[in-house]
Amino acid sequence: MIGVEIKKSYEEINSKIREGKAVVVTAEEMPKIVESEGIDGAFRKVDVVTTGTFGTMCSSGAFINIGHTRPRMKASKIWLNNVEAYGGIGAVDCYIGATQVQENDPLNMVHPGTFKYGGGHVIEDLIARKKIRLRAAGYGTDCYPLREFESTITIDDLRNAIMFNPRNSYQNYNCAVNMSEKTIYTYMGILKPDMANASYSSAGQLSPLLNDPYYWTIGAGTRIFLCGAAGSVAWHGTQHAPECKRGRNGIPAEGGGTLAVVGNMKEMDPRFVRGASFTGYGCSIMIGIGIPIPILNRDLAFYTGRSDRDLVCPVVDYGIDYPSGTGTPLGEVSYAELKSGLIEFKGRTVETAPLSSYPMAREIANTLKDWIMRGFTIGVPQSALPTVPRGKNDETR
Amino acid sequence: MKSKNVLLIFNKKIMYKPLIYRLAKDFDVVFNVLEAKILPKLEGRLILELRGEEDSVDSSIDYLMQEGVVVETLVDRIVRDDERCIHCGACTSVCRVDALCIDRSTMKVMFDHEKCVACGMCKIACPVGAMSGASIDLD
Repeated sequence: MIGVEIKKSYEEINSKIREGKAVVVTAEEMPKIVESEGIDGAFRKVDVVTTGTFGTMCSSGAFINIGHTRPRMKASKIWLNNVEAYGGIGAVDCYIGATQVQENDPLNMVHPGTFKYGGGHVIEDLIARKKIRLRAAGYGTDCYPLREFESTITIDDLRNAIMFNPRNSYQNYNCAVNMSEKTIYTYMGILKPDMANASYSSAGQLSPLLNDPYYWTIGAGTRIFLCGAAGSVAWHGTQHAPECKRGRNGIPAEGGGTLAVVGNMKEMDPRFVRGASFTGYGCSIMIGIGIPIPILNRDLAFYTGRSDRDLVCPVVDYGIDYPSGTGTPLGEVSYAELKSGLIEFKGRTVETAPLSSYPMAREIANTLKDWIMRGFTIGVPQSALPTVPRGKNDETR
Repeated sequence: MKSKNVLLIFNKKIMYKPLIYRLAKDFDVVFNVLEAKILPKLEGRLILELRGEEDSVDSSIDYLMQEGVVVETLVDRIVRDDERCIHCGACTSVCRVDALCIDRSTMKVMFDHEKCVACGMCKIACPVGAMSGASIDLD
């Protein structure tokens, strides 16, 4: 990648991986190595650091090709288990989105709604090889005469099932509190009034993009762990914001970068995906992602060596500020504080709860580590993600 | 001394009959109301912690059953599907009795049945539908 200092090349690292000689550690193990051996020592010793995250990622879905029917059909509307998939593409292609709810769902008519089943659940059920009711409607053409089709299928009956998630793996994320006077039901969970609790949704030190804050090694073509299969980074994700606020260590202190990722759903493992229902909010999906970071230079050893103590996120009011799109963060807290279960904030002690699974993030980082030790090589990014130069005050300079 | 959490269901015939005070008066049982809900014209639901001598607690429960109250002991009533649970921790923010809490060394969510009062909040908070079982709300 242009402008990135390479002291240990991709070729060197990949040939070590092929020979089974690469030193691979997780982003949870790396801080201890940096602490004991210093940044230079850690750079010399470690070839690859694996990361992991497992959490709700709303901007997710899958392109599905149901295969041609006989007679042929231009399926302009498609439902999977009564969840509509967007059919305004090729004859038998559609896109099932994670947040689409089942037809006739009562939504929030009786607040808070339960949103029991949606696109995320369809994706999970497909990956689990469960039977799915498929229904399609078309208007009939000379070349595609069939107007209605119904069948029970599994993922194995589909011609293709390709997960394509336009925004996943947020570099960092908000810690949510509620400054209003009533309980609210959000995608950040149930938030009690008057800042009685706080929720957060990041794997912190294990989170992929927090370990490569300027996207030096992650770009289109990077090979990743996606829900148990080998997938890849397709592009930068929607809302990718490299110009975000960064700390003195160069690491984003708010949302920051995002990734668009792609993978073959037929190879995925149901253990690493979950349809999700957020009471009062809607349906979504929990996705497991792991990304390997080749330690090309000492700065990458520094970044991957940061721990929860060094990583902060903004505290945002979801009672008034977030829904109205106004206001500024109320402050910052570190992931070490958040993970302790209590934060001291604005003179108060507030209970915290995570929404993304740290144990699963750890399992994913360890699984990816195993893959690499068994020969899974590092994908050389073919197109860089948009980024910014390192700041003048960056600690690493 | 013994302590037991029970879910009491009063059908519409008996839902307005005063029964609970007799637990203290006749059986010397200390009761603590953990949750209560009246569904008009349908039924009333009450979660109580009963504390007293083992014999007293048991005979107070027998008494309630004779009066037509459905009594469910709550230990083991709320269950977690361990295959479905991904240990995110969302449930821990709503559990008022710390039956669900995070082991900070592993960040896994621990579930202590003995502390559970079956308020059902975890069922509402769990995004993956891992929690189920009897609670104050009708399913």
